[in-house]
Amino acid sequence: MLLIETQGLTKHYAAGEGTVAALSGVSLAVSPGEFVAAMGPSGSGKSTFLNLIGCLDRPTRGEYRLVGEDVSRLPPDRLAGIRNRRLGFVFQSFNLLPRADALANVELPLVYGSVGRRERRERAAAMLALVGLGERMHHRPSQLSGGQQQRVAIARALVNEPDLILADEPTGALDSRTGLEIMALLQGMNREGVAVLMVTHDAEIARFASRCLRFHDGRLVADEAQAPAAASAELAALDDGGARAA
Amino acid sequence: MNAPVALSARLARGTEAGQTRAAPVAAGGLDLLEALRSALGALAANKLRAVLTGLGIFIGVAAVIATVSVGAGARQQVLGQIQSLGANLLVIWPGSVNQAGVRLGAGQRPNLTWDDAQALLEVPGIVAVSGNIRGQNQVVAGNANWSTSVQGSDPDLFAVQDWALEDGRFFTAEEARGARKVVVLGATVAEALFGDEGAVGQEIRVRSTPFEVIGVLARKGQNPMGQDQDDVAVIPFWTARRSVMGANRVWARGVNWISLKVEDGADMAEAAEEVRSLMRQRHRLAANEPDDFNLRNMSDVAATFDASAKTLSMLLASAAAVSLLVGGIGVMNIMLVSVTERTREIGLRLAIGARRRDILAQFLIEAVVLALLGGAVGVAAGIGLSHALGRVAGWPVLIQMDAVALAVGVSALTGLFFGFWPARRAARLDPIAALRHD
Ligand SMILES: Nc1ncnc2c1ncn2[C@@H]1O[C@H](COP(=O)(O)OP(=O)(O)O)[C@@H](O)[C@H]1O
Ligand SMILES: [Mg+2]
Repeated sequence: MLLIETQGLTKHYAAGEGTVAALSGVSLAVSPGEFVAAMGPSGSGKSTFLNLIGCLDRPTRGEYRLVGEDVSRLPPDRLAGIRNRRLGFVFQSFNLLPRADALANVELPLVYGSVGRRERRERAAAMLALVGLGERMHHRPSQLSGGQQQRVAIARALVNEPDLILADEPTGALDSRTGLEIMALLQGMNREGVAVLMVTHDAEIARFASRCLRFHDGRLVADEAQAPAAASAELAALDDGGARAA
Repeated sequence: MNAPVALSARLARGTEAGQTRAAPVAAGGLDLLEALRSALGALAANKLRAVLTGLGIFIGVAAVIATVSVGAGARQQVLGQIQSLGANLLVIWPGSVNQAGVRLGAGQRPNLTWDDAQALLEVPGIVAVSGNIRGQNQVVAGNANWSTSVQGSDPDLFAVQDWALEDGRFFTAEEARGARKVVVLGATVAEALFGDEGAVGQEIRVRSTPFEVIGVLARKGQNPMGQDQDDVAVIPFWTARRSVMGANRVWARGVNWISLKVEDGADMAEAAEEVRSLMRQRHRLAANEPDDFNLRNMSDVAATFDASAKTLSMLLASAAAVSLLVGGIGVMNIMLVSVTERTREIGLRLAIGARRRDILAQFLIEAVVLALLGGAVGVAAGIGLSHALGRVAGWPVLIQMDAVALAVGVSALTGLFFGFWPARRAARLDPIAALRHD
């Protein structure tokens, strides 16, 4: 069964007198476990597409099936349930709760998924260990670096064992080396079977995907498979080079 | 870099995305404990703000409890005092008198007589009557002396005023007729003259006339005017007229006031009307002349007082309730600020699966916790304040548990009511717009 299946997905926004076609007639299919990058200039509709796929919004026209289920007309609270069970979000600006420590931040989706307190703790702690933050579970976001915060966010996106991770410019707020670390992490998870849909305007970052979508004026203008670059290998090379230089 | 390596250890999701996992039970949403913890955390993050907002509720609740409790205590005290005057009591005082067209003030000239009092016994429904005179006098027993009200009354006085005996007996009709020199002492006087010793059988002197103490009255306490009702020495009326008050040739049969007891179960107003009509007849008042006496129905006085006291405490309580309302508006204000400040948080919560009602509950619980915390401290402060006020004013304090419950309930409701709109605003946010908010 396909993970994502859209038919003529269209989103119009009211703007002043008329409407803006943020997305026009996008039809595509994504299989489970793919790593898809969405590229295009600013205003081309990438985020709109991601929000629709992420069930944060409903299309004006068109159909969207997620794991076989038509979700394009579901009411908000049903969509919330689907986001909670099937999807994980990673944002450019991390969006961690500032008052909560890393562990509580990662637990949050499980709270809304009605998982008991003990199980929440265990799963969140395991997930933090997985992203390399086992030692920093009780740090607050303000006590963590940008890269570490994004790791917490990734752990939070993963803790519900979603089918799909949606990432809007996940490296946008990070320096290039830290960005590379985050891409290595996303690629690693993707290898474990989680599909990733990532929006970026940065071609360097899009290289790590196995498939690249290009948007222009709200239309899907190109959809190409590609051989993904390996982020962890590049990272190792970078470390080697650094070591030799020192 | 460590992370990707560690990954394979976990994420052992044997299933592919296509194979639908057993869907978790339709999410039951936030558990209450978690919601409370989160609400307290949010309030703790802005302690000063929470305290200032809670203060509004606190003041309102404390004021409601204090006004209601002190009001109830004061009312009960005064009602008790009115009751202590005697049940079913009518009292007649001299009124203003017209003399040759000149209106004299009340009490200018005594125009009530002992004979009026005796005649009133004929009125149906009147079971006991006493004509009374009273004067301030020095009473002496051995070395002790005391200045008190010496009151000349009829033996019915004790029945009229529901006055019980602590010791001894009242004087009899026989003794009254014979103008015998016997005295029944109020508790205050008995104590002042004789201390713990038994007063009955002892001798006291009033204006050098010796009296035998035949009884001591049970304590009544203060009357509504704040006078000590037990600071009195009661002697037969004619004894007072002849031996204590001095001869008053002009008004030898005059009394200061007449007190009457209406039969239990009889209509007080009707009895009072009959008394008035007989008095007018005896005083030969023409139909167009006003009463030359004042007739008071003490149960009317009690009812009037009770009504005005109720009105007063209602007024105070509603003033206090207004401050609770103001506190509630403070809660709403702070919750609106909080929702705006935390728009991104709300967006995030929605994105990761919070339903609208989860967000609604989160902010409602926060508002209710805030209001309840203010309310709980307000209850403690209100009770403390009531006792402090009661002590200062010398009133008993009746903590009205229903007022306490009401105040706590109202503060919770205030939180709910004033928290609802901000919470609904939060719940209705569009996740995308909320996430983009800065
Ligand atoms: N909420 C909205 N209201 C009105 N117009 C919007 C809204 N969101 C996006 N748009 C418009 O839709 C178009 C696509 O936007 P977006 O998907 O954010 O592009 P991208 O992410 O590729 O930069 C833009 O022209 C943008 O101005
Ligand atoms: Mg965008």
